[in-house]
Amino acid sequence: MIPAPFDYVRPDSLAGAVAALAEAGEDAKVLAGGQSLLPLLRMRLAYPEVLVDLGGIAELRGVRDDGDFLWIGAATTHYEVLHSSLVREHCALLARATATVADPAVRHRGTIGGSLAHADPAGDLPAVALVLDARMAVSGPDGVRELAAADFFVDYLTTAMDDGEVLTGLRVPKVWAGWGFHYEKFARTAQSWAVVGVAAAVRERDGAVAEARIGLTNMGAVPVRARAAESAAAGAGLAAGPLRAAAEQADAEAAPPSDLHAQADYRRHLARVLTGRALAAAASG
Amino acid sequence: MTATPDAAERVPEIGRARRRKEDARLLTGRTRWTDNLDPAGVLHVAFVRSPLAHGAIRSVDVSGALARPGVVAAFSGADLAAEQGSLPCAWPVTADIVLPDHPPMAVEEVRYVGEAVACVVARDRYAAADALEAVEVDYEPLPAVVDMAAALAEGAPLVHADKGTNRSFVWPFESGDIAAAVDGAEVVLRRRYRQQRLIPAAMEPRAVVCAPEGEGFTLWSSTQVPHILRVMLAMVTGIPEHLIRVVAPDVGGGFGSKLQVTAEEVLALLLARRLDRPVKWTESRTEGFQTTHHGRDQVQDVTIAADRDGRLRGLKVDLLADMGAYLMLITPGIPILGAFMFPGIYKMDAYAFSCTGVFTTKVPTDAYRGAGRPEATFAIERIMDELAAELGMDPLELRRRNWIRHEEFPYTGVGGLTYDSGDYERATARAVELFGYEELRAEQARRREAGDPVQLGIGISTYTEMCGLAPSRVLGELSYAAGGWEHASVRMLPTGKVEVVTGSTPHGQGHATAWSQIVADRLGVPFEDVRVLSGDTQVGPRGMDTYGSRSLVVGGTAVVRACERVVDKARRLAAHLLEADVGDVEFTDGAFAVRGTPEPSVGIQAVALAAFAAHDLPEGVEPSLDSDAAFDPDNFSFPHGTHLCAVEVDTETGRVSVRSYVAVDDVGKVVNPLIVEGQVHGGLAQGIAQALYEEAVHDAEGNLLTSTMADYLLPSSADLPDFVTDRTETPATGNPLGAKGVGEAGTIASTPAVVNAVVDALRPYGVADVEMPCKPERVWRALWDAAARNGGAR
Ligand SMILES: Cc1cc2nc3c(=O)[nH]c(=O)nc-3n(C[C@H](O)[C@H](O)[C@H](O)COP(=O)(O)OP(=O)(O)OC[C@H]3O[C@@H](n4cnc5c(N)ncnc54)[C@H](O)[C@@H]3O)c2cc1C
Repeated sequence: MIPAPFDYVRPDSLAGAVAALAEAGEDAKVLAGGQSLLPLLRMRLAYPEVLVDLGGIAELRGVRDDGDFLWIGAATTHYEVLHSSLVREHCALLARATATVADPAVRHRGTIGGSLAHADPAGDLPAVALVLDARMAVSGPDGVRELAAADFFVDYLTTAMDDGEVLTGLRVPKVWAGWGFHYEKFARTAQSWAVVGVAAAVRERDGAVAEARIGLTNMGAVPVRARAAESAAAGAGLAAGPLRAAAEQADAEAAPPSDLHAQADYRRHLARVLTGRALAAAASG
Repeated sequence: MTATPDAAERVPEIGRARRRKEDARLLTGRTRWTDNLDPAGVLHVAFVRSPLAHGAIRSVDVSGALARPGVVAAFSGADLAAEQGSLPCAWPVTADIVLPDHPPMAVEEVRYVGEAVACVVARDRYAAADALEAVEVDYEPLPAVVDMAAALAEGAPLVHADKGTNRSFVWPFESGDIAAAVDGAEVVLRRRYRQQRLIPAAMEPRAVVCAPEGEGFTLWSSTQVPHILRVMLAMVTGIPEHLIRVVAPDVGGGFGSKLQVTAEEVLALLLARRLDRPVKWTESRTEGFQTTHHGRDQVQDVTIAADRDGRLRGLKVDLLADMGAYLMLITPGIPILGAFMFPGIYKMDAYAFSCTGVFTTKVPTDAYRGAGRPEATFAIERIMDELAAELGMDPLELRRRNWIRHEEFPYTGVGGLTYDSGDYERATARAVELFGYEELRAEQARRREAGDPVQLGIGISTYTEMCGLAPSRVLGELSYAAGGWEHASVRMLPTGKVEVVTGSTPHGQGHATAWSQIVADRLGVPFEDVRVLSGDTQVGPRGMDTYGSRSLVVGGTAVVRACERVVDKARRLAAHLLEADVGDVEFTDGAFAVRGTPEPSVGIQAVALAAFAAHDLPEGVEPSLDSDAAFDPDNFSFPHGTHLCAVEVDTETGRVSVRSYVAVDDVGKVVNPLIVEGQVHGGLAQGIAQALYEEAVHDAEGNLLTSTMADYLLPSSADLPDFVTDRTETPATGNPLGAKGVGEAGTIASTPAVVNAVVDALRPYGVADVEMPCKPERVWRALWDAAARNGGAR
């Protein structure tokens, strides 16, 4: 990699990171696993003057039981998330989606916080955060605040965080007992990004869907909640037929892009087909 | 206790599945790639590259870069115009070919995105890259010419204005009366197939280091062709050939992309001379995607004529072949290598071919694994399936009715080639058995019947290909500038060990292992006692290098010949030592003895020592036991085989998954089954990749949109099925090893097998073709379009 020159700091505390960012101003960038940032540096599409590496900050790493919530530190790697028994117990959807992220090498370096902060609409985890009602914990020079996932993703590669703020972790409510989950990812090769992804959560009662949550990956500049399909699914029987019928509305709120990998109309079609499959899989598992 | 085998039980090395000698070293990093070489004082080169597909260069100002820290020099194309020459094309296929100048750095005009316009030389790679932005280039944009049809249209903008045309050449071939064959046929099918542009993506990027040494220069390059490169560097730069040494250290793959004389290699030599310092350049992956030559890129209009009973009458092929902006080393020859292969394994009355080479404002095309033959095989194997569908015949049966039967070999086909040996019946029977053809057809029928959203498709490819490049005489007839022979030296050292120098330079094929096996058998020495040297024009000045599945067939034969000469010489000396007549001395398992009386005997190692000491040599025998040989084949070699592919197509999403794949190849006699297996697996992966994944995409302005691995999709093992492979063995007759070459066969065979399977799955829906790569969206649209044609929504 031959990036443009930059300075590098590796604080050992969150306070140190916030201070380093404040000092460097708007030309500073946080470095987590580097799996999205380094490609940009390599192609000289990003020219930060200072990189503040979060890798030395122990408090940002790990998964913890936190009363009614599960706390997942921003610098926890995909690999650690995937192998956390707490994650599997309280929000299996996250584990399932994380298992589809890239390849083992990337999962050992890339972090959950980096994935969310990068806000790539093709990333698999933002839609999951949306479905799980995760709260994003952010620290900055003005203190600490928390944002709902629904308010966090603002635009393409853009979050509601201000310059100088650090995502410290996310809090996932432990309300998912009795729900079934599925993440249906449609990618062209095993290691490539999602053309479309569907995160589904289904709560069943008496042989029918009591409640459904649907989040869409790469169906717009930000992850999309498919609320029309969610409402249509509520009350539907668990057979493939009714779930598919509900999924016909999966793209109602989406504004999918056209790019090298798919035109918008095909993405809409995929979202409907994959949502039907994701709901059926979530209902049965 | 293990018994020591006596000499009589010696296991032949040829045929043994030896693990490759080179792998432990390569896999543990105990090797040096070109980029690992850092001669003292080396300077690093970075290139300013054109952001435009076509533009006139108004001015280049490098002064800003010169002011940057660490920068030692910077040059524009104009600065080097007097010495940089023109990159060579060694294969001007017609007498009137339009062959434009190709300066290594553009001087007046840029003609593809990524073409070098200036360079910066600095003390480290970072400083060189940082200074690029300080070079100011002023371009006047000119219209891009991206599409071949548009390039040939009346009034199209010209890639080379001074040439007055975008047509580089038209190369025709005709055999038999094609008009009569087509007019007289009961069925005539016309199809257009597109061979998308592919990007060779060798694991090791291109890299070059050049150092002034003594009165000359040593140039290390990640190249397939150090020998050809040396000649060409001398011809392009005027630096005398004997002052240039070219070394290909370990090279991590090429697939044809390093069968080239590149701008960066020429410039490295010129910069080392100008600056009197070693210089180095290594491409980034994106730079490689944009500037290393691409492969394929043809539009094929194919007409096939047959009778209702399936008998083929004639085949007519009209190609447009995208040359890109310039003709590089063998750019125009690539489609011509395919010209003879369109008839495949079939008998027919007439064949007509023409190829039009077209200039566009894209990076030039050139050799890519298979080079012309995959394109040809695809066309014939695809249209055979279409013909079978038209005739309502099983596609295997149609092939059986037309292929050359095993008793008919040697057979001179309508393409003019004489196929020396083969047995298509046997390979097909074996493939059908391994695949479970009938069972899969039954499952297919069930799924069709049930309207299963996941349909099953079965694809066939009964291929042959011409390789073992190549008889020099034929190359000459085809206007290629060089020959196709190969050279080897075999030296027995005084202590009985053996050094083999091969002119065929490996870049991952395993020559060190295979050549050791050959020599061990021929000289009767242990496998471990043989060392293979290659890739350095100072160690082995003669050679034609590695491409076209030629190494074993041509280079291996040269090794056999050199071994024979060593044995002949040793026999004379042994006879002298045994006080016997040469005619009475036999050579078995490394020892000479008088016929009928096994003792006394003298080992070849002892003979080598005697030849070294030279105390008592017979009349006319010179000291030292070694020999050279060059081999020039009389004919190509013709591997063949039958590949069967089953795919599942999800009709709701368009996704294609390869469910099973059977490859039965006949590559003649096998020296090392493990190496053959590796070549087949890699070849299949690359061929399947063309069918399903890979495609270089340009926008209307000529920008490459697929310039990273996130956008240019290379499949990994996770995307491929477990391959079922087997072999039949019909020895080649043109070389003493009986070998046919296997480097490209898998790639050539597999692409049509996969696409045939995809179309087979979808035929009941009214789909007759899917353009490559058969990506989900394309499959889905093909279904959608077919449904619309059939008057109903799906
Ligand atoms: C080959 C490859 C394939 C991939 N495939 C997928 C895939 O299929 N699905 C998928 O979802 N992802 C994929 N990724 C991306 C991967 O998941 C990355 O890990 C992730 O996008 C970024 O995480 P990171 O820790 O590497 O962040 P970095 O690259 O270090 O940072 C990314 C961005 O987020 C900012 N940032 C990082 N952490 C914080 C923080 N705590 N607070 C504030 N800002 C922060 C950085 O400043 C930077 O702008 C792939 C990556 C690669 C290299």
